[in-house]
Amino acid sequence: MCLAVPAKLITHNGLEGVVDLHGNHLPVNIMLTPDAQTGDWLLIHAGFAIEKLDPKQAGETWALLRDVAQAAADLPAGSQADASAHSSTDKGDRR
Amino acid sequence: MNIAARPSEELLRALHAFAADINRSIAFMEVCGTHTTSAFRCGLHSVMPKNVRLISGPGCPVCVTAQADIDELIDLGSRREITLCTYGDMLRVPGKHGSLEKARGDGANIEVVYSSLDAVRMAQTHPDRQVVFAAVGFETTAPATAAAICAAQELGLDNFTVLASHKLILPAMRALLSAADRPKIDGFLCPGHVSVIIGSDAYRCIVEEFNTPCVIGGFEPGLLLSSLLCLTEMIAAGRVALVNQYPQAVRPTGNAHAQALLQKVFETGNARWRGLGLIPQSGLFLRQDYARFNAAQRFNLKPVEDHEPAGCICGRVISGLALPPECKLFGRACTPVQPIGPCMVSSEGTCAAWFKYGPHRAKSHGVAPAQQLQEVLP
Repeated sequence: MCLAVPAKLITHNGLEGVVDLHGNHLPVNIMLTPDAQTGDWLLIHAGFAIEKLDPKQAGETWALLRDVAQAAADLPAGSQADASAHSSTDKGDRR
Repeated sequence: MNIAARPSEELLRALHAFAADINRSIAFMEVCGTHTTSAFRCGLHSVMPKNVRLISGPGCPVCVTAQADIDELIDLGSRREITLCTYGDMLRVPGKHGSLEKARGDGANIEVVYSSLDAVRMAQTHPDRQVVFAAVGFETTAPATAAAICAAQELGLDNFTVLASHKLILPAMRALLSAADRPKIDGFLCPGHVSVIIGSDAYRCIVEEFNTPCVIGGFEPGLLLSSLLCLTEMIAAGRVALVNQYPQAVRPTGNAHAQALLQKVFETGNARWRGLGLIPQSGLFLRQDYARFNAAQRFNLKPVEDHEPAGCICGRVISGLALPPECKLFGRACTPVQPIGPCMVSSEGTCAAWFKYGPHRAKSHGVAPAQQLQEVLP
């Protein structure tokens, strides 16, 4: 029930907008994201936009994931504890 | 470049490496029903290290709704003067006397809506009908109900009410960790979209009071895997922290507009949960200013005694105390076609996910039940 999907806002008039979801145009209410602008990516749940998505943050998440995986892969066997410390520091900054 | 596929392989390798450093079995609870389904759908259980397992928590709104609340809903939906609007998930949940779907088959006026505002429009266009909206769900869904009530008030509708059984996730997590028979939980995979509303900082109480790591995660296989890697890594390093792995959608303080709307329309109160009983301050109830939109009050609903379907262990399943195949009804008397417990009805339900994707399917290939369970239980 808490399913939410990302979709792009293509037009809006007041609190009523229309999003493009894989080519389908769906009505959406943007009262929970009142500063949403045309072109923004929104998270849609039950007809409401519940948050604006941050594409920069999304890209950084993937970059971070690659760093974590690389850190674990690069270390010699038996050194995983060091890998934990390394990636923990990275993640700690991202809260 | 397929960015989602490549890191997944590397992340999985890293997860196994960290798990190898932990010389005990660990269990992570995914609190969200969508995480449960997503994990099963992408086969995550089958590629987990032997000593890492995933257990489902009380994160499917349909599953945690007490049987008595479902009976109330079916009672209302069966009344002649009422048009009951509900999200599709609730339609097939069995009550004491059938389901909403059955009531609809018997002639009751029950409509499935996509949005709470569809129910308001229904009330607007059918002034001769009393329209009741079945308001179920966690913090993700509750703002939509609050918005519908505000819209109905603005439109001056006197034929729109809601039967609210909205619930809050944090009190349930605390109740689980405080229970006498608490399940073994080494870390929480926190619900992504509830967190969009309440914010990542809300989980600090779980991390600090119960010394339990919390990771807020997304739903794609790669994001799911990265959250589990993060939890495993914390256990390996002996670290307890709150990490937001879904920062593109979840802010530290959540969605202030949604929180203000919830605050305006609802107040918290004690709510009954399936399997977890009455949890203090875990439910959202309409404030006095909005009492005229309360269906229970308008239609003078009498309190219904709570009960569980005979033999059903859904309560234990959503508390992380049992796995669906441990239920005598699972896959026999209780199937998605003829469900007995709510966890088999909802597409996000743990039993439905086990039935569709779980290792019991190996039965048809001659694998013994104990062997099937062994595949997921280290």
